[in-house]
Amino acid sequence: MAHFFYDTTAGHVILIVLEALAVLVPLLLAVAYLTLMERKVMAAMQMRKGPNVNGVFGLLQAFADAIKMITKETIIPSGANRFLFLFAPFLTFSLAMLAWAVVPTGNGLAVANINVGILYLLAISSLGVYGILIAGWASNSKYAFLGGLRSAAQMVSYEVSIGLVIVSVLLPVGSLNLNDIILAQRHVWFCVPMFPMFILFFISALAETNRAPFDLPEGESELVAGFFVEYSSLAFGLFFLGEYANMILMSGMVSILFLGGWLPPLGIAPLTWIPGPLWLIAKIIFCLFVFIWVRATFPRYRYDQLMRLGWKVFLPFSLLWMIGTAGFLLATGLLPQGMS
Amino acid sequence: MLTQIVFYVFSAVLVTSGMMVISARNPVHSVLFLILAFFNAAGLFLIAGAEFLSMLLVIVYVGAVAVLFLFVVMMLDIDFTKMREGLQRYAPFGAAVGGVLFAELVMTFLHWETSAVVVAPVTGGLGEPGGPHTNTAALGNVIYTHYFLPFQGCGLVLLVAMIGAITLTLRDRPTGRRQDISLQHARRRQDTLDMLDLPLGNSVEENGGFRRPADSYYVTAIPGSYGIPAETPEAAKASAAKGDHA
Repeated sequence: MAHFFYDTTAGHVILIVLEALAVLVPLLLAVAYLTLMERKVMAAMQMRKGPNVNGVFGLLQAFADAIKMITKETIIPSGANRFLFLFAPFLTFSLAMLAWAVVPTGNGLAVANINVGILYLLAISSLGVYGILIAGWASNSKYAFLGGLRSAAQMVSYEVSIGLVIVSVLLPVGSLNLNDIILAQRHVWFCVPMFPMFILFFISALAETNRAPFDLPEGESELVAGFFVEYSSLAFGLFFLGEYANMILMSGMVSILFLGGWLPPLGIAPLTWIPGPLWLIAKIIFCLFVFIWVRATFPRYRYDQLMRLGWKVFLPFSLLWMIGTAGFLLATGLLPQGMS
Repeated sequence: MLTQIVFYVFSAVLVTSGMMVISARNPVHSVLFLILAFFNAAGLFLIAGAEFLSMLLVIVYVGAVAVLFLFVVMMLDIDFTKMREGLQRYAPFGAAVGGVLFAELVMTFLHWETSAVVVAPVTGGLGEPGGPHTNTAALGNVIYTHYFLPFQGCGLVLLVAMIGAITLTLRDRPTGRRQDISLQHARRRQDTLDMLDLPLGNSVEENGGFRRPADSYYVTAIPGSYGIPAETPEAAKASAAKGDHA
């Protein structure tokens, strides 16, 4: 009965919608609680209490913030380009959601298990810059524009090293499929043999998501709030959600590329009883904790230092590592052959 | 059926946004329509089954090239009335160029010979023995095995372009803002900081004043900045004294 229903076109559509909801609803909840986690963790690191009034341990704080944000007035600056001004936050938010279609949460368990999954993720994350650039330009404000320009240069620079790191991970895998990348880490996670690349990728992820210590696009000390200085209410909320969803996505990428995705640390009995999605979530939470830890620890980079780090340190090093990896795999005959 | 509908939607948006690129008043809107056109082209690639090319189009053109376009166009200060001034004068010239290109296109179509030209044989492609390949693997095989030298030639052309761009923008600026990171890292406390044991009631000035040793990284600064004397110490002192009197 159920089998017949899902074979029809309507059944397919319903199934796809349900699959998408099964990813998006937990994601949005995770974003809501990530904001709370950030405030709580940073409070603990700075010996404060953090939000603790709304609900037990402040658990309702996320919803209080959301309601506050929705009920505020949307202000559109008089000189702004109306359509693009409102389009930018939607673009940022929807791109952050779109990327999750290919993330595998179990063996082959993704909404779309496509062959070029890692390229899709790279493409979506490189599109994120448009939301910021368009917001900066459409706001018709100096600070927003400077923030947008900074962000564009920063994200394009760090994408180069991210791309090279991904190539050196793909060399021993021999496939662009995310599930294959995880399966290739059955014996040892890539963070062990490629530890420097793991660190490099993580730092680049910080720059790509405009997080501290690379949060120059919104540097409040000189640009007030950077690219979203003119935004209020729900439009600001969408930027906010998009930034945190991107953080979770980047943590997911770190987990998939270097920490074995949904694989348990060791393939032995008590660890394999825990289902794959929980392992992935645990790894993502670990990465997010480090994101917050970095924010609470490091002062902001100066802009020329940021560019120097990206182009003169990360790029040559990741290029060298990529060539070294290819050479090593060729010399030891470990290069994957005949994989499609 | 569904594929055809999607194809026509992508094509229609592609052609429309292509038209908008040249007809939009605002150059920023033009670039944004160009990005939309890239996107729809990627969609068409995806329908044709060329998933690798599709993703590459988005990553390279939309994610990097168009960002730099937008970056530059946003910073342009364009006067629209001035831009349209020359329209009458240049219209015939533009029409002539367009006409020549259109005529060439028509001639090409008239002499189109299908199946006469055979692309160099490719082994290991789709449907070849040795198992089904994804188009990533097939493309890699073609480019790195069969067309290795032309590929390297392309790389060299790009390298030359890159070196040219760097040479054009590289300037040797003799300013005090130059920084040597290794010197900065090699700096120790005793290089810049002197601990003076001052007797009670004595000022720092009487004990030599604030000093910066000459072997610190401030050496690379231009004279007159960062406390480096402008010419000679005597001249600096004289000018400082003048400043006090004024």
